[in-house]
Amino acid sequence: MTLGTSAPATTPPDRSQRRPRRHDDAHHKALTGERTLNVFTHGFLAVWAILVAVPLIWAVLTAFKTDSEIFSSPWSLPAQWQFGNFVRAWTTASIGTYFVNSLIVVSVSVVLVMLLGSMVAYVLARYEFPGRGVIYYAFVAGMTFPIFLALVPLFFVVQNLGMLGTYHGLILVYTAYALPFTVFFMTGFFRTLPSALAEAAMLDGCSHSGVFFRIMLPLARPGLISVGIFNFLGLWNQYLLPLVLMPDSDHYVLSQGLAVLAANQGYRSDWSALFAGLVIALLPVLAVYVVFQRRIQEGLSVGAIK
Amino acid sequence: MRYGKYRFIAGFLAVPLALYIVFVVSPYAQAFYISMTDWRGFSGQQNFIGFGNYIELATDGRFWRAMGHNGLLLLVVPLVTIVFALFLAAVTTVAGRQGAVGRGGVRGSRFYQVVFFFPQVVPVVIAGVLFGFFFNPDAGLLNGLLRVLGLGWLTRPWLGDPALALPSVMAVLIWGAVGFYYVLFSSAMKSVPPDVFEAAVLDGAGRLRTFWSITLPMIWDSVQVSYIYLGIMVLDGFALLQVMLPVPGGGPDGSTAVVSQYLYESAFINGRFGYASAIGVALCLVTLLLAVAVLRLTRRQQTEY
Repeated sequence: MTLGTSAPATTPPDRSQRRPRRHDDAHHKALTGERTLNVFTHGFLAVWAILVAVPLIWAVLTAFKTDSEIFSSPWSLPAQWQFGNFVRAWTTASIGTYFVNSLIVVSVSVVLVMLLGSMVAYVLARYEFPGRGVIYYAFVAGMTFPIFLALVPLFFVVQNLGMLGTYHGLILVYTAYALPFTVFFMTGFFRTLPSALAEAAMLDGCSHSGVFFRIMLPLARPGLISVGIFNFLGLWNQYLLPLVLMPDSDHYVLSQGLAVLAANQGYRSDWSALFAGLVIALLPVLAVYVVFQRRIQEGLSVGAIK
Repeated sequence: MRYGKYRFIAGFLAVPLALYIVFVVSPYAQAFYISMTDWRGFSGQQNFIGFGNYIELATDGRFWRAMGHNGLLLLVVPLVTIVFALFLAAVTTVAGRQGAVGRGGVRGSRFYQVVFFFPQVVPVVIAGVLFGFFFNPDAGLLNGLLRVLGLGWLTRPWLGDPALALPSVMAVLIWGAVGFYYVLFSSAMKSVPPDVFEAAVLDGAGRLRTFWSITLPMIWDSVQVSYIYLGIMVLDGFALLQVMLPVPGGGPDGSTAVVSQYLYESAFINGRFGYASAIGVALCLVTLLLAVAVLRLTRRQQTEY
């Protein structure tokens, strides 16, 4: 703040000594300076935007080419738009099956983790009881440990429960590993909600769980949507857990299926179908991003700062 | 109003806690014990061998080589990502400063944010497949571009060359991360009170000086946190490497093998579960050390404000 107070005292006399003509020059120079800076700024920003966009656009274009075109002319537009690639990807390459598997596992997991996570968060945020701090920090700690540490024992836990290679096994694991993040953010969110409504409802004879389901949960909708989006993106992205827990190729999720497909390209190549598969896998993410991008950016950056 | 409170609390906590304990807490706890056994294979019995696995790990060349690759990633990726992101963010906010106080960003900054941020939501596996092919010697976009530009002599089998494979992976990691940190730093810079910048300008501070003495210290917290987040990201790196370079042993001549891949191979290919758990514990320790080290080493600059 010392900067701020000393500045006004020194500048006015300094300015009055200048002759008007020089002042104009300086002003003019400053303006051109701004202009060149602006050109540079836009130059840098545009270059990075191109670097980001080109690989993705190229992937989409490649998905519409024939295999021979992919290899002969990586830079040209497809001579004829091959929509058949998508059909082949969906059926022959089993992307359709993987897509449905992913959709089942991820959507059930997200619903489950949002329900269970908000229940825990609500109790932690709104009630005093012995052990509250321990439970809260147990969840927070779960956000910091690398999943790799748990990998080997987790495999045997799931195997011993007879859930290896099943949808419900993967759903429960997804839910459990998404809980820390959900609990952490929803606890913060429930703390910000006013308690007057809840108290009024209690006086009117509403039960504890009634207050939660009928009043607090609807109030928490903005938070639920944000956290739900992150959970969806995070779980759709998940590769390691299904790789270990879903050994059965009929139950592969999309990320697994694509990885296997890509690794097998050496033997029987159908690159165009692979790229069509990539585009199909990217579509739900793209849709969520386009609809919610402002919320995603705000939420993620706030989350990282906290 | 108090009636049934504890029954309600217990009812709400029971299922999620059970799930959390079975699938998260217990595996983490077991990992430490398993790391002290010689457990191999599915039917094999476990014998307690104390720190045996850790002693073997200390002299395991493959482990240290993988750790070295993680170390290189840890040095390069966060640094380059943060410098790029800071640069782009500073340039946007500074250029937007020309008006009276308006630091609303340059024209079209909203558009740039949307584009830059997108790689953050692209699933890692998709990025892996995409860039695995991007670097393809024959049909890849990169070599294709070099040929179009008449730079055919620069074309390389990027992912097949042990010297180039890891840098190529770094480029992809940076590609994916810059946008997120650009958005993060931009919003941090916008939340710095404008009078601080005005004061600096009145005192005759140039752009570079303003950035170095005002902007950077004011957002130092975000930079620190970013380093830790990026560090955790590159300490894993499993999905991208496994998909981009689907070669057993981790890339050409093992030149991109990282610790997480070695752990996966030890456990699920060689069946050495005790040993793999010891690697997991080591990885966890490194992660914690990284967080502590970053916070410690960078603390001095933060106390300026």
